Amino acid sequence: MTSPGDSGTREIWPLWEVFLRPSRGLSHVHAGSLHAPDSTMAVRNARDLYTRRGEGVSIWVVPASAITASDPDAKGEFFESPEGKEYRHAVYYTASEAVPHL
Amino acid sequence: MPTTNRSASTALTPEAIAESIAADETVASEPVALYALGLGDDALVLAHRLGEWITHAPELEEDVALGNIGLDLLGHARSLLTYAGSAWGTSEDDLAYFRGESEFRNRQLFEQPNGDFAHTIARQLFASVYFDGLYRALRRSTDPTLAAIAAKATKEVDYHLDHSVQWLLRLGLGTEESHRRMQRGLDAMWPFVGELFRAETGLPEGGVAHVPLDVTDGGTLGGVVVDLEPLRSAFDEIVPRLITDAGLTVPTVPFARGGGREGRHTEALGPMLAEMQVLARAHPGVTW
Repeated sequence: MTSPGDSGTREIWPLWEVFLRPSRGLSHVHAGSLHAPDSTMAVRNARDLYTRRGEGVSIWVVPASAITASDPDAKGEFFESPEGKEYRHAVYYTASEAVPHL
Repeated sequence: MPTTNRSASTALTPEAIAESIAADETVASEPVALYALGLGDDALVLAHRLGEWITHAPELEEDVALGNIGLDLLGHARSLLTYAGSAWGTSEDDLAYFRGESEFRNRQLFEQPNGDFAHTIARQLFASVYFDGLYRALRRSTDPTLAAIAAKATKEVDYHLDHSVQWLLRLGLGTEESHRRMQRGLDAMWPFVGELFRAETGLPEGGVAHVPLDVTDGGTLGGVVVDLEPLRSAFDEIVPRLITDAGLTVPTVPFARGGGREGRHTEALGPMLAEMQVLARAHPGVTW
């Protein structure tokens, strides 16, 4: 089972994930992915593909194989909402009258 | 002024040059126009060759990279041809589409066929070293339009050079096959290196002084056009080192006769122009 565009054994350019920090941004945000023969070319390709409108000041590239993701099928248990666990949230404090702007 | 999401830039656009020409503020003298026409043709012809790669590159990312370089060069060509046209009252399109092969002034390297990817990289490497030195020096031209075009182009050709060097290294130090092809590409393009640094013989006598190339930015202003002699020495210093760093051999094939600036071209240019100009010539005078 191959995906569209997958050339099988001819595929020698691994997949890289690209993270960009915009010029006014505080953190790197995932921008997309690309193929490149090595990290140097990946950064250059990312510049071509994701910063054409001057949106980035810093680029990180990571081989897709280096990323470990949470199991998408385990959503229920893994990200279970903390409903019914009020003791985890500071929701029962009352604001002191002497501190008006809390 | 259309709003873009780019930070405000003072880079000169072909449209701004055309406006300034229409307002009679910018008119190139005949020798300056011929000089601009030669540089414009270099960029236009190479841009067209790179356009032929679109959808044929080895990878999608490389398709984008070659397309980017081609677009940058087309931008340089548009500015230079628009400026050249101010001397004769012709537009960039008139110059691009309604001149015959013998009227094109590009140097012969730029019209060479794409060949395989290594041929294209070899051609781009030589072209980028040439453009890089040329535009850096031209920024100090006494002609303000040429200086402004060069200032914008310098940043772009820096990147083109980097792209070519990266691929020279990868193909040269890659597999046995990529090494062999890169060497063949260098050997095929080398004959056209000599012509890049030959003085501009097609320019009328007088009226053009030369800008002495000073690698520091404090060079004295000497005139309008760039002195090619120092560019040649810079090329001879940089390129052989890049080639040997990539594990390849500096070609020893003799230089071709050249003559592009006088309208003498290799057999590759005619068919390229036929394709480039067919639509404009079939419908002269239409707007698009």
